[in-house]
Amino acid sequence: MIAAILAGDTRQYHELIRPYERSVYKMALSFMKNEPDAEDVAQEAFLKAFRKLADFRGQAKFSTWLISITLNEARSRLRRQSTVPMESLDQVTGEGGRISPTLLRDWREVPSEALERKEIRAILIEAIGHLSPLYREVLLLRDVEEFSIEETATALTITPGTVKVRLHRARMMMQKELAPKLKNANPRRRWFQWS
Amino acid sequence: MVIECKHVWNYLSDYLDDSLSPEIKELVQRHLEHCEICSAILDSTRNIVVLTADDRVFELPIGYSERLHARLAQEIESNEARTRKDSGD
Repeated sequence: MIAAILAGDTRQYHELIRPYERSVYKMALSFMKNEPDAEDVAQEAFLKAFRKLADFRGQAKFSTWLISITLNEARSRLRRQSTVPMESLDQVTGEGGRISPTLLRDWREVPSEALERKEIRAILIEAIGHLSPLYREVLLLRDVEEFSIEETATALTITPGTVKVRLHRARMMMQKELAPKLKNANPRRRWFQWS
Repeated sequence: MVIECKHVWNYLSDYLDDSLSPEIKELVQRHLEHCEICSAILDSTRNIVVLTADDRVFELPIGYSERLHARLAQEIESNEARTRKDSGD
């Protein structure tokens, strides 16, 4: 389809990008943190991808390439909006040091139906937003978009080893923040414990 | 060899992705069998990963797709007009 678009059948671009509309928007929203800016970033990313389509060589998957464009668009827009450079924000949380998870004695599974509740969705989005960009990017690609470690590394132009380290820290930060909040999210309350 | 809780925590993400070496995986598994705290940490982390991946977490704004395709249509049209003009020159 990409070859056809490049050969002049440009209207096929609508069909090419349909499967990625949601992914690009999710990525943009987790960076911009408000819907209008996220939508702007998503639109701009799709436009840039259209203009640069001839540069897509097929070494990576189209989705990986598109997500890289979205990330760059979100980053540059944040840089323009903020007086604090992105690198400084990253350094605040750094990559060193250990993250201790929230300690629990047991865990009652939060069923996916709990996501029907707006407050549960909101605390998940908020927790993702609390991660610094370095960790957020990796978590979004790996756990939200379900990219492989290698695809995540390609999209972010980092090594698979760095992806694993950042992913580990991002997941631990999510557990630390969310476990206390989600512990009581199960709507079916049990009145007695088995142990 | 026995490993402590804080070492197990370092392996949880790779354990979830099933990317640990067989030796380390076995050590972690053996620890998890008797440590309810690490088991609960693993279960909660796995649960959070599953919830995060769910499509319902991020809702698309109403009309997002229509607005996107309208803007793309404009771009495609002006691109075609440019191409026509160039080939006409």
